[in-house]
Amino acid sequence: MKTAKILTTPRMERCIGCHSCSLACARLVNKRLSWDTAGIRIVSSGGLSTGFEAKPCLACNPAPCALACPTGAFSQRKGGGVIVKRKLCIQCGDCAPACPVDAIYLDTTTEPFVCIHCGQCVPFCPHDCLEMTEVPVEPLPEEAGKEVAP
Amino acid sequence: MIRDHFRILTVDLATGKGKIVTIDGRDTEAGGSGLAALLFNKYGHTDKPWNDPEQPLIFTIGPLTGYFPLMSKTVCGFKSPYHDQYGESHAGGRSALSLRFADLDGLVVTGKAGRLSCLSIGSRHLELMDVHYMRGIDLQRSGKMLRKMIGGAGHRSIFRIGPAGENLSAYACITVDTYRHFGRLGGGAVMGSKNLKAIAIQGDGVFDLPEGKEYAELFEEVHKQLTTTDMMDKYHNLGTPVNVAILNEIKALPIKNLQQTTDPNIKGITGETFADDTLLRNTACAGCPVGCIHIGFVREKFMEPNQYLYRQVSYDHEPIFATGSMLGVTNAFSVLSIIDMVEKMGLDVMSAGVALAWATEALDKGIISEKETLVPLKFDDAAGYKEAMQHLGLGSNDFYRILAQGTMKAAEQYGGKDFACVLGQEMGGYATGEVFFTSQVLGFRHSHLDTGGYSFDQKHEEKNVEEAVKFLVHDEQGRVFLTSMVACLFARAVYKDELLADCLNSLGYTTLADSMDQVAQHIQKLRWRLRLATGFDPAAVKIPKRFTEITTWKGSIDVKYLNTLKKEYAKRIVELGKKEKKEETKKAKKKATKGK
Repeated sequence: MKTAKILTTPRMERCIGCHSCSLACARLVNKRLSWDTAGIRIVSSGGLSTGFEAKPCLACNPAPCALACPTGAFSQRKGGGVIVKRKLCIQCGDCAPACPVDAIYLDTTTEPFVCIHCGQCVPFCPHDCLEMTEVPVEPLPEEAGKEVAP
Repeated sequence: MIRDHFRILTVDLATGKGKIVTIDGRDTEAGGSGLAALLFNKYGHTDKPWNDPEQPLIFTIGPLTGYFPLMSKTVCGFKSPYHDQYGESHAGGRSALSLRFADLDGLVVTGKAGRLSCLSIGSRHLELMDVHYMRGIDLQRSGKMLRKMIGGAGHRSIFRIGPAGENLSAYACITVDTYRHFGRLGGGAVMGSKNLKAIAIQGDGVFDLPEGKEYAELFEEVHKQLTTTDMMDKYHNLGTPVNVAILNEIKALPIKNLQQTTDPNIKGITGETFADDTLLRNTACAGCPVGCIHIGFVREKFMEPNQYLYRQVSYDHEPIFATGSMLGVTNAFSVLSIIDMVEKMGLDVMSAGVALAWATEALDKGIISEKETLVPLKFDDAAGYKEAMQHLGLGSNDFYRILAQGTMKAAEQYGGKDFACVLGQEMGGYATGEVFFTSQVLGFRHSHLDTGGYSFDQKHEEKNVEEAVKFLVHDEQGRVFLTSMVACLFARAVYKDELLADCLNSLGYTTLADSMDQVAQHIQKLRWRLRLATGFDPAAVKIPKRFTEITTWKGSIDVKYLNTLKKEYAKRIVELGKKEKKEETKKAKKKATKGK
């Protein structure tokens, strides 16, 4: 069976809120310095005393954000999640509200930022909260369209 | 954002309006400590009291903030209610990254709000909110209220004060994101005097990074050094409380108002005991993978049968010394329960603990009575201390109101100056000897972190005044450059000069990277000039008798050595604080022109 890897956050109870993962994503994937323009974002859940939550893409298949995208900038990724092609994006912002877990950040120009499951954030977590998990590749739903190589 | 100047937001609380100001000085004052001094020179008034509405409350970050790990601290500069002189206090949490992502190198707050207010800012907003209904509300409750009022959980920082700040205690702190503090020298009272309950900073800006691989590779290298070597072990393992047992062993732990320096019962409050019995988890400042913040808990039975509540309380060496050993409290949970009350009131824990230690001895000696203390303060009576901390924060009577202005202020009124453990402000948790006492009593912030005096005491047996003073001056210079970047001082073993230069170069700050020594010297002098201009007289500084009565692993304190150190270091500070010739000439010219 074919498999793919997706980013998962199985040990968030260990999170210390250092934001190293989101800063790494912003830096290495999106070439920016920011808390927001990252595929994984850390929030405190009701003040620091209650710990931290990650807001990553949960690798839906079919992905509602890809279904909502009118131009194919977001297309279904094998194993779940989306492939992002920025050149095709018209910054309509339809993807973000389609996400059931608020994993897509829209900047002030409505450019979307979402996890592409590349795993570059994983080694920056000092407490091993994150991992790349192997998942079986389900047949792509017809409505999501064919995957296009990045 | 990387820029060759500073982008500052000034806010006038009287009008609720702000202004973005561009200021030069990146290559000379760098940021952090240097920038705060530069801004105080521009907006501050050396001749007006600390609580004059025109005085600025300044928050600054540095050129490396957010761009590298552990560049995660903010410098707060203000005229201190403690001594009415210029001072600094530092804090982490999410403060530094929030300012970075709000696209500000500094925030300057002036004026006084008409009603108790909360200033809310971000990269694209500014609002002064009326929060008069929060008056008197403790820090834990106000935190919950503010979090609901202000969006952006996780990507914001909230600075707030408690009743102590509103009551203008000279050692009221500014609490940052629940577990960190601009602790020392009374920044909380400055906010209180401005009717400012809280400042919320939304870190919602996005910036481009330098092109090419150099920056990303250097980041990874620094991150690796900080997380895979043992350099930071001390901080994320037991944390700073590891010092408790070590200092106790070498007879250098202040105990029971410094009547002792070692205690056989110390095991109850060592770092090991806190970790084994009370530690819930660690947490971190934003941008720091080390995670040195240790969170313990208090659990209280508030009703029969078996009705409990619990709260989470952060601990470190200094709070443990101040509310533990200094008060003779040797049970970890009791210590946490006292810290918890200090947190609610918004007091600087070091000053508050040392103040109550003095009050306990003063009561025992009959200098004051229970009429003053309201509770029968007694070493090891944690419940009494918890109650007394509340009185101190609320200013329940004349005695607590004056004690909240500083232990020495109370001692001047009631007597007992000899055993007031004050070194510029209430002492830090190190009774290591002559060099540390000198470094704190004369240090710029009167902080144990101004220089590594405590470390010099432990590494040097010889009594060489020249060497020690040279060390203090040089060490302060190194640290002031770090606090201008703004680095956490826990990373000082990693961020050596060479690495700092690499970091600055990778971001394009090449001139600054090439002139680090000169810039450090300039900032050091700039700060001392401000301190002296606001009234500090190093030659007049006194060390109370109690500090000369202790015994450490080295034996008794050498009073002659201590006095000579103090005299010589004071001389060096006066030299450092002398006006530069260029400046004098400029002023003289100005005067001459005016006269014409």
